[in-house]
Amino acid sequence: MSMHCGYLFKRSFRRLLSSQNNKGLPRKFPLAGVKNVILVASGKGGVGKSTVATNLAIALSKWCSVGLLDADVFGPSIPLMMNVREVPEINHQKLILPPINYNVKCMSMGLLVDPSSPVVWRGLMVMQAIRKLLRGVLWGPLDLLIVDMPPGTGDTQLSITQEIPVTGVVLVTTPQAVALADCIKGAEMFGKVSLPILGLIENMSFFSCPFCSVKHHLYGSTPLSELVAGTAADVPVLAQLPMEPSVVRDCDKGSPSVIDNPHIGLVFDSVAERLLLHLDLESET
Amino acid sequence: KQWYQRRVRAGKGGVGKSTTVAVLAGTLASSGLSVGVLDADLCGPSLSRMIGLKGSIHSCEQGWLPLSASVGKGRISAVSLSFLVENQDEAVIWRGPKKTAMIKQFLSDVCWGALDYLLIDTPPGTSDEHMTIMEAIPNCSVVLVTSPQAVAAADVLRQVTFCKKTNANVLGIIETMSGFVCPNCSDCGLLFGKGGGKRLAEYCNIEFLGYVPIDPNLSRLLDRGELFKNFQSSASIQSYTEITKKLIKP
Repeated sequence: MSMHCGYLFKRSFRRLLSSQNNKGLPRKFPLAGVKNVILVASGKGGVGKSTVATNLAIALSKWCSVGLLDADVFGPSIPLMMNVREVPEINHQKLILPPINYNVKCMSMGLLVDPSSPVVWRGLMVMQAIRKLLRGVLWGPLDLLIVDMPPGTGDTQLSITQEIPVTGVVLVTTPQAVALADCIKGAEMFGKVSLPILGLIENMSFFSCPFCSVKHHLYGSTPLSELVAGTAADVPVLAQLPMEPSVVRDCDKGSPSVIDNPHIGLVFDSVAERLLLHLDLESET
Repeated sequence: KQWYQRRVRAGKGGVGKSTTVAVLAGTLASSGLSVGVLDADLCGPSLSRMIGLKGSIHSCEQGWLPLSASVGKGRISAVSLSFLVENQDEAVIWRGPKKTAMIKQFLSDVCWGALDYLLIDTPPGTSDEHMTIMEAIPNCSVVLVTSPQAVAAADVLRQVTFCKKTNANVLGIIETMSGFVCPNCSDCGLLFGKGGGKRLAEYCNIEFLGYVPIDPNLSRLLDRGELFKNFQSSASIQSYTEITKKLIKP
């Protein structure tokens, strides 16, 4: 499948890529103009990574310049959630200009292909696509790039962690045992590549019945900190998000909840404040 | 191969593919059938936990022997990467070629025996695992799973396109997480909306197999691997039973 934007790598990047192919493991090079990178990951699919990444990006954009990269080439959710539809433009240096909405620069495979067309690629093509989404996009100048990771511990995760320096990882999970198992695997993987886990976000923590207001813990009520104690994911829990139909509706209509929902706004502001402590916003890039 | 091969896929993560495979397998086996279950999600093999099978795979002269258990009048035999790794917390960090090789081994080197159905649980996406299975079993049928959310349906639409382009036989779409009946007041709340899967089926001209509500009891049983000990106790099992009848009709 060809990229519709039709841009070229600079000659220096061509040499870089061929040297990487010859030697096996790539050297990490920072993205031009990007000071910090945070990965939002999970291991398990469907726990709310994209929802969290979207709302977190907007919350953090109040304090610094933020970009949001959708690294899920097979199931790109960010265009829908951030209400970004336009096909990106290319500049005179053949770099893709990321569209901006809600004060956040966005890029996704979903902006480069027909929404109904599947991306049917083996791992090598995925690696190349990820490299293009990282280096073929004019991200800088940017204080923080948030990367919405796909589920799993495979090609995309390896490509990104081997390609660019990463400030840290925020892991998203639900209390469900199968989700936790994958979250711990994810934490293990990031530990193996020496990436710090900045915290956990527990999504779908509980559901308050809109009719009788009783709280239901659909996946059990044991605190997440107890469930991950002693594992690779034993890190501070940054937030507990409830299951709220309004959050689902907001995602589906491309209006992230952090904008109009005061409770969700407060939760993500609090997470943003804690993550800001890990960011280096002063140094030149 | 004599048995019917069904692949459960979604494109979107976390919509209930593994849950669907586990419950479908249990429903089929309960009625006296011999069902094989293959977990092709190598990085996140949830299925073995859900069906409560643990242990190591042994080999015989002809190849690997799946782990199996009696369920009702029938039997379930399962193969998963979790039966091959010692540390269940350890991440499987594999690139495509290694995953392809593993899937091929699961398909060619396992002594399934006589099966009525082989159910294959796939990871989200359309990558190495899916292409390997399609190439190895071109005549397998596909069951698609989605939650009602638009972001999920959008991913599953891509799956539908993929299936149509590869002439895969799509049996239908299941909409999971469709409504939650409050145990306290019995009113039904729509956590993720309702109807997204049905609308997708109508849009793609594919059979809509049915709705499955959110069922905390089922989640608990799957988390503990006790599904088959208390198989009939969950409300959502009835929904899956109706879906199974549609899937096995001649």
